Amino acid sequence: MSGANVPPVTSVAALYGIAHRIEADAAERYVMLADQMETHNNLELARMFRDLARAERLHADKIRDLAGSIGIGDGGGPIGPWKSDSPEAADLYAARYDMSPHDALRLALAAEERALAFYTDLAAAKVDRAVRDLAASFAVEEREHVALCHRLLERYPPASAVRPGDPDAPGDR
Amino acid sequence: MNAAEPLKCRPSDYKSEVKPIWCPGCGDYHVLMALTRAMAALGLPPERLAVVSGIGCSSRIPAYTNCYGFHGVHGRSLAVATGLKIARPDITVICASGDGDGYSIGGNHFLHACRRNVDLAYIVMDNHIYGMTKGQPSPTTEPDFDTALAPGGTGLRPFNPLVVALASGANFVARAYSGNPNETAELIVDAIKHPGFSFVEILSPCVTYRPDQRSWKDRVHPAPVTPTDDPARAARRLMTDDGFNLGVLYRGNRAPYKPPTAAAMLAPESLDEEFVV
Ligand SMILES: Cc1ncc(C[n+]2csc(CCOP(=O)(O)OP(=O)(O)O)c2C)c(N)n1
Ligand code: SF4
Ligand SMILES: [Mg+2]
Repeated sequence: MSGANVPPVTSVAALYGIAHRIEADAAERYVMLADQMETHNNLELARMFRDLARAERLHADKIRDLAGSIGIGDGGGPIGPWKSDSPEAADLYAARYDMSPHDALRLALAAEERALAFYTDLAAAKVDRAVRDLAASFAVEEREHVALCHRLLERYPPASAVRPGDPDAPGDR
Repeated sequence: MNAAEPLKCRPSDYKSEVKPIWCPGCGDYHVLMALTRAMAALGLPPERLAVVSGIGCSSRIPAYTNCYGFHGVHGRSLAVATGLKIARPDITVICASGDGDGYSIGGNHFLHACRRNVDLAYIVMDNHIYGMTKGQPSPTTEPDFDTALAPGGTGLRPFNPLVVALASGANFVARAYSGNPNETAELIVDAIKHPGFSFVEILSPCVTYRPDQRSWKDRVHPAPVTPTDDPARAARRLMTDDGFNLGVLYRGNRAPYKPPTAAAMLAPESLDEEFVV
């Protein structure tokens, strides 16, 4: 996903902008997934994705507050700074109409892990000290989110497809 | 604000209230995301944009934007888009198809739209299958793709849309992968800005009938060459292309088709010219 497409982060102001963008993109993606699940009548998952979107929006607001007068800029404009995709945005290709809460949490875990990798790499990069320190503090937060996903995964063990024997499964001909 | 200055828009400003009904996991969600990001980057108000399509899962895309939209007849998206652009050159026209819509039933329109070089952007969401009608092979399906609908595969050589576009006169040829929505958005912006007929083939997986296409994310790679304006060079590259090179592969400089002005069309002597044998 984000992979080698990490945008250059040369200042604290740029990092606030990118950090805000990461959370906003994550929230937008969960809203998309919630809408998809609602359309396909998987209401439990729709609720779960809406909760995840709410959590990401709170993180975005927190970053805006932290940035204070430095501001968050435009986070790379309408297209965004990544060539491929924003690191914490859930992988849409992994979605299925009959996915279980466990599957959704796996999706969220992978997204949080990508964000953690992004900040960990940046904290170790040859950039300004202040940028590294801020990236390290964001990495601490992301590590907590990763741990939270692991705890939730224990609560929602793997389930087989939520609609076994669906007489009208999409792949059937 | 200066009239020519782009508006400050967000991608959400271009999304309609209609929720997509594509299968979760479908690549077309990413294409919609890329398209609305591209529109926001262009900064054009929705009423200066039109999205025209044919029929297929991919062709549902106009309904999910709040620009002018036309969900047309199967295979005829380019005919409608061409007519619209000629009648309203002030509108930015984006034409959208699937591989069935654009290369099978609409294949002839594709050739002539490239040849005419009207100033519009054509995006084809290619999943190498007819998704909407439950998985029949399309012109880009691999010959050995084995399904209950084509046991053992069709055995037919797939169509190479980029080579066909180039040979038919398209002025801009690019390939994108929907899983890279930002890069896809940049390519759509580039295609819209480039004068003449711009073709962007977007590899957009059908997770329902082609779950194997989830592996496309590991197969795509940036084209290792800079875009050329030399059709012969572009043709050589495209003929040996592995089907997964991403980026602009040809950027031509042919002048776009210019329709006669309304005044010229109304002049009686111009009618005589039309009947000269
Ligand atoms: C004139 C006509 N012929 C056939 C059809 C049936 N039909 C609907 S969609 C489709 C194929 C769509 O394939 P593609 O363009 O690849 O779109 P996808 O669903 O894969 O996105 C066909 C054959 C039709 N609607 N109209
Ligand atoms: S059938 Fe395929 S192309 Fe159609 S919506 Fe589903 S995944 Fe997408
Ligand atoms: Mg198709």
